Amino acid sequence: MANIPQRVVHEYLRHDKKFPHVWCAGCSNGTVLGAIIRGIASLELDRNDIVMVSGIGCSSRMPVYVDFNTLHTLHGRAIAYATGIKLYKPNLKVIVITGDGDCTAIGGNHLIHAARRNIDLSVILINNNIYGMTGGQCSPTTPHEALATTMPYGNIEPDFDICQLAMGAGASHVARTTAFHTQEVQKMVVDSLTHPGFSLIEVMSICPVIFGRLNKKGGPAQMMKDLRDNSIPLTAVDKLPPEKVEGKIIRGTLRKEVQPEYCNVYADLVARVQNMGEDK
Amino acid sequence: MPNSKKTTKTTKAAAKETKAQQTDTALKELESKSKRKNVLMQGNEAVSYGALDAGCNFFAGYPITPSTEIAEILAAELPKRGGVFIQMEDEIASICAITGASLAGAKALTATSGPGFSLMQEGIGFAKITETPCVVVNVQRVGPSTGMPTSPAQGDIMQARWGSHGDAPAIVLYPDSVKECYELTIRAINLSEKYRTCVILLLDEVLGHMRESVRLPDMENVRVINRIKPTVPPHWYKHYDENQKYLSPLASYGEGYRFHVTGLTHDALGFPTNKATEGAEMMERLRKKISYNIRDLVQIESHQLEDAKIALFAAGISARSAKAAVAIARSEGVKVGLLRPLTIWPFPDEAVRKMLQHVETVIVPELNQGQLIHEIKRLTKDKSDSNVIGLQRVNGKMITPNDILRKIKEVM
Repeated sequence: MANIPQRVVHEYLRHDKKFPHVWCAGCSNGTVLGAIIRGIASLELDRNDIVMVSGIGCSSRMPVYVDFNTLHTLHGRAIAYATGIKLYKPNLKVIVITGDGDCTAIGGNHLIHAARRNIDLSVILINNNIYGMTGGQCSPTTPHEALATTMPYGNIEPDFDICQLAMGAGASHVARTTAFHTQEVQKMVVDSLTHPGFSLIEVMSICPVIFGRLNKKGGPAQMMKDLRDNSIPLTAVDKLPPEKVEGKIIRGTLRKEVQPEYCNVYADLVARVQNMGEDK
Repeated sequence: MPNSKKTTKTTKAAAKETKAQQTDTALKELESKSKRKNVLMQGNEAVSYGALDAGCNFFAGYPITPSTEIAEILAAELPKRGGVFIQMEDEIASICAITGASLAGAKALTATSGPGFSLMQEGIGFAKITETPCVVVNVQRVGPSTGMPTSPAQGDIMQARWGSHGDAPAIVLYPDSVKECYELTIRAINLSEKYRTCVILLLDEVLGHMRESVRLPDMENVRVINRIKPTVPPHWYKHYDENQKYLSPLASYGEGYRFHVTGLTHDALGFPTNKATEGAEMMERLRKKISYNIRDLVQIESHQLEDAKIALFAAGISARSAKAAVAIARSEGVKVGLLRPLTIWPFPDEAVRKMLQHVETVIVPELNQGQLIHEIKRLTKDKSDSNVIGLQRVNGKMITPNDILRKIKEVM
């Protein structure tokens, strides 16, 4: 993996935008953004060809800070906007930044249908297990029995496994890691951008100020350590006894297979239809 | 228009029997782009051909009666022309996809009806605040909710104006004939490109499915407006530049401008802001680009109003009945005229005020429980409200010329 110097991140930020950013102290969104930028930088893509689209939520504030073509859309709809952009200009690299609530609650329909179509989008889903921006309501990935402001007696609902959901819907590239494992994030972003089809990267992240306080998780450093200690690489799963795998975050590429990509399929259709006209 | 009841019947029969056949004839006729002849076509077909002639190259939609023919025709036609057709997972996704495509440079359109139009409202607001050109065709049916999917109503007049939350001016066009469906679709796309906003085209169910003989103009006579592209280097580009009359150039993604677009209140560069001055500036910009250009936007048809004592004010299919009623009333010596808005939003205040100065009574026939009538009453400052009389119906049936005649005789 290309070794990207730290200052590269700085070069990709928008300096005409007034910082500071909106994220709380201790939030892992900045860490993830750094890894995403290093991944993009290592591919040496022309930044004019990159479109970063997001929905609504903490992580969805990411595009405004970076110097790409950027679009901050409606809650849940980032993938639908991204579909329009990608389909009209397939040469653009379209990255979707989204969160657990944005993508799997209000935006769940768009997620499964984009995965089914296998349109070449790189969806980077930053999963902090809570609605952070609105102050700590439970999301589809809030763990069972965890506290949220709208689950004051503990979450009574089961939670989604987002990667399983995406694979079930037909996503051709699915991977998961955590905000602690920045090198893995960087590598997965590269994999995602070079994968010709729908790609979903789930990055387990931390929300120390809201989720952490509600659930007494012990502050940002402790929560980062927990991501390290509570996750295991996919390659180790088979070697470990089941009780050591139970409840752990499995990190790694869960699926990567090449299937017909939607924009290509559509271009083929256009060619076929136009030839039909000539044959007459 | 003759007896409206008869027309509805004919429409339904025709739809069943000869739909495919007629679409084929219409298509062949259209393919020969110059020297077009008369063709029998449906309102929904005319919308589709208008979209294609205006350069629409992206359609995202979701099936819904009575608008589905538009999606079906464009599904067949856009690939032939290298354009994009996609059937999305719902109407929300459809409005989002056309807005995204437009930001990448497409001329994008979607078509829907009541329930889908309701779902699209948030996305319409997004297109307006981000000043992204796109067109939504709403072939109205009876509501609320699922209502009567195959029957006409004019219940979305206010939703087209106020449907999305927050203040945002609207451009809404309303044809009354198949030919006008074609013309106003082109105009809707042109205005969306010029004014960088989401333009809405309201159709009536009856109009969407009604067939009329139409001669479309030859392509060289079709006036197409394309968005102004920036000529400045990227670092000078402002996504919301205060150009003349608030109509500023628009770059597309992938052209080197790397701008930011957000549904948050934003500054001239497009970055979110909480500053009162910048927020006010943005809101004023949205308002002024419409209100400073009323003369360009408003289109009306004034029919036999010169000496009229009684005026009818009606849009879309109700105006067809109204026009027939005027002819019958005139033949009986009653001085009646018709004012028909082709642009319902912004509302043609000036034309209505002028009309109110000359007539004694205004009758407003509309297929709802009273929407346009309140706009007329708003403008009757020096007259009593009792001079403005509604003729309303929401039962899936049209208002016939005879219904209007009866009302005319009542008020005489």
